[in-house]
Amino acid sequence: MKNNEEKKKQKQERLLNLFIVVAALLVALFIGALLFIIAKGNPFKAYSVMFTRPFTSLFGITEILVRAAPLMLVGLGIAIAFRSGILNIGGEGQILIGAIAGAAVALAFPGLPKIILLPMIFMASFLGGALWGGIAGWMRSYLNVNEILSTVMLNYIAMQVYMFLLRGPLIDPKEVSYGTGVPQTAVFSKSAWLAKLIPGTRLHSGIIIAIVLAVAVYILLWKTTIGYRMRAVGIEPKAARTAGMNVQWYLLLAMLLSGGFAGMAGAVEITGVHHRALESISAGYGFSGIVVALFGGLHPLGIIPSSIVFGLLIVGSDMMQRAVNVPASIILSIQGLIILAIVSAQIFLVNPKYKEKMLWILGFNARLKNRNKGERR
Amino acid sequence: MAERIQQLEMKHISKRFPGVLALDDVSITLKNGEILALLGENGAGKTTLMNILYGLYHQDEGTVLIDNEVIHVKSPKDALLHKIGMVHQHFMLVPNLTVLENIALGYFQNTRFKLDLGLVRKKMMDISVRYDMAVNPDAYIWQLSVGEQQRVELVKTLTLGANLLILDEPTAALTPQQTDELIDLLKEMAKDNNSIIFISHKLNEVKTVSSKIAVLRNGKLVHEGPTGSYSVTELAEQMAGRQINLPKSPEKSKFGDVMLDIKKVWAHNDQGAWGLQGLDLQLKAGEILGIAGVSGNGQKELADVINGVRKVEKGDILLDNWNITNHSAQKIIDQGLGYIPEDRLHEGTLPAFSVRENLILKDYTTSQMSSSIFLKKKVIDSFAEDLIETFNIKCPDMYTSCASLSGGNIQKVILAREITRKPKVLIAAYPIRGLDIGAAEYVHQRLIEARGAGMAVLLISEELEEILDLCDRIAVIYEGKILKVLSGSEADNRKLGLLMAGVTDEE
Repeated sequence: MKNNEEKKKQKQERLLNLFIVVAALLVALFIGALLFIIAKGNPFKAYSVMFTRPFTSLFGITEILVRAAPLMLVGLGIAIAFRSGILNIGGEGQILIGAIAGAAVALAFPGLPKIILLPMIFMASFLGGALWGGIAGWMRSYLNVNEILSTVMLNYIAMQVYMFLLRGPLIDPKEVSYGTGVPQTAVFSKSAWLAKLIPGTRLHSGIIIAIVLAVAVYILLWKTTIGYRMRAVGIEPKAARTAGMNVQWYLLLAMLLSGGFAGMAGAVEITGVHHRALESISAGYGFSGIVVALFGGLHPLGIIPSSIVFGLLIVGSDMMQRAVNVPASIILSIQGLIILAIVSAQIFLVNPKYKEKMLWILGFNARLKNRNKGERR
Repeated sequence: MAERIQQLEMKHISKRFPGVLALDDVSITLKNGEILALLGENGAGKTTLMNILYGLYHQDEGTVLIDNEVIHVKSPKDALLHKIGMVHQHFMLVPNLTVLENIALGYFQNTRFKLDLGLVRKKMMDISVRYDMAVNPDAYIWQLSVGEQQRVELVKTLTLGANLLILDEPTAALTPQQTDELIDLLKEMAKDNNSIIFISHKLNEVKTVSSKIAVLRNGKLVHEGPTGSYSVTELAEQMAGRQINLPKSPEKSKFGDVMLDIKKVWAHNDQGAWGLQGLDLQLKAGEILGIAGVSGNGQKELADVINGVRKVEKGDILLDNWNITNHSAQKIIDQGLGYIPEDRLHEGTLPAFSVRENLILKDYTTSQMSSSIFLKKKVIDSFAEDLIETFNIKCPDMYTSCASLSGGNIQKVILAREITRKPKVLIAAYPIRGLDIGAAEYVHQRLIEARGAGMAVLLISEELEEILDLCDRIAVIYEGKILKVLSGSEADNRKLGLLMAGVTDEE
């Protein structure tokens, strides 16, 4: 009997969570609408284009998934780090290092068959990203350097390293001989290309890799002893230490994995979309990935839909830009607003007073009613 | 001197928190010069009631009257204007400021811009002389002992003009001698036309200090009356609402082999000074050895070095003849050490983890619970179910987060986990701190059972009664060393109290 009640309560909580996230999204869009008005655009038209037009064509739908793949991978990495109590803001740098490491392998072994070369590229990208994340993780664990500072700063270093390699050692020989000097590598051999899922679109198998990895991360975090330790370290390092866990090593491991996932997002972009490494490879995925992870509740299985929502936002805002004539960068503001809204909305889940009101709004009003009755007495 | 509060009345106070009725129609009165002891188990509503009086909470129903006038206390500042002051259990002092500056903090809010330290100093010295409470206004708080800090809190409250004092568990961190001094001081203050409300669960103190007693249970006032008419046991039963007997461990003369041998161990404390200075201690199988001492004398460091989370600089620690000095915590746990930490919520459990996940915190790597890296869900489920049942852990289901349990139930989770592993040595640090009597009874019962099962139990505590009731031998820790080890039968309150204060040559 009591058990049933508890289960009902749990169900209510879950509904409440979902409701809060959606409400936060709506609030962010509402404030975003004000921005459209300031930019002299029609917010209704802008939003309707943004959220519906991508679904009206095959191109739109496939593009959403093309964008979702790297977002999902970065988001997974961010979730691993956050769950382990370390805040990785360095996705951007880790993507770049991962991309350039993968590109170097692709260019070095053009003759290898696909089945060997692609895993090698992904492995190299993973290791590159892991190295970059690992530096911050090591500094946090053993030198007690705040990881937010170090990961942000490492982004800048990564950008410079990346551009140096693109302009120098790894530049496309054609760019040198034609004298154009665009910083990008040569196009990879076909055996370094991810398979196309739908011919005539850019949709590639990276999205499948990302979804498989999301399930793997779920299993890692919740079904294995390693994940148990990582989450324990994240929740309460003191207790984890008392229980015999090597807290420092698991923080480092979390950053290695987190960076590795961002690195693989770089691999997906070079092997799936561009087939080479070029200057604007990341398109801010390293930062958007943080929003994706938070919006997905830092849960791998929540990150799958969440990355698709943000893929839609990106594709939709491109289309909107053309339709309403408002700069697409406004979408960056809306992304920021969404983070703020979600983070602020936590108060409704944490503070019992607000929580009760929220439950009441949702129609679970038993407790509030009783209380009012009591007060009237 | 300004006018004194002649009479305080709290009438029909009710307060609800979501899902709980914290106070249900509670009325108390207090006259000038009286000391009212407010008794009750944890969660009975003592602190809620006082927080309402002090303006931290607001009652849903009921009125507060001072000298027959209704008052509305909106904030602690308001309370002070009504001459009501509170000394919290955890002192509200800024360590990096001097005594005088700390007291002036309260003043600062009353005058807009100007801070007249000279005036504060004069007022403060007046109070200090009047009640014979010596405090050095220019000492920094961090330089003072706990007892001295308490005195500062009292002087502060009086200097700010309060003459109705609320003291929340004031003796929690004091030695028996310091407690006696405080009690005398409070009596002195009451004679001088101050009124005092004294929150405590230590019945003996309550008996000596108070003139009136109010007992709360589950938010209801179950008893109010003069102190003299009830015995300590009767009061305890009033509090718990049933008969209770805190278990005493039966005397025992034969013990097993030495299980834990600590040889001249030195270790730093968190500040980098020596926390342990050549500590020597032997613990045998089948005994409960108590570590008595004023907190801050090396108890924390001792528990840490045994558990392998603090570096031993010099000396050795042997667990069942294995040298575990500076081994990793994991190795020591595998070697057979159980630990019930002081901070049960943040060291003993992972608050956001479920009860189920907390119960396997030390065993998840055993071949029983996981194969290679994968956790065995079914085995863990039935393991958790068993433990919840055996240890009577009250939780909706095993997936409930530990943070949402009561203190007593969290302690049961830890006990279940640690005792079920059958460790050779079990360290219990302040195992009943903050627990109500019923839960404390349960914890003690389990510790005695552990002793019966042949475990070597090390009980670190500052509650002398707990130590005297349970321990076969008692070691007094002082400044990082064991000052003396007494047998349970030769120890008493007075002897221990002197030793805890560092006095060895009493004869």
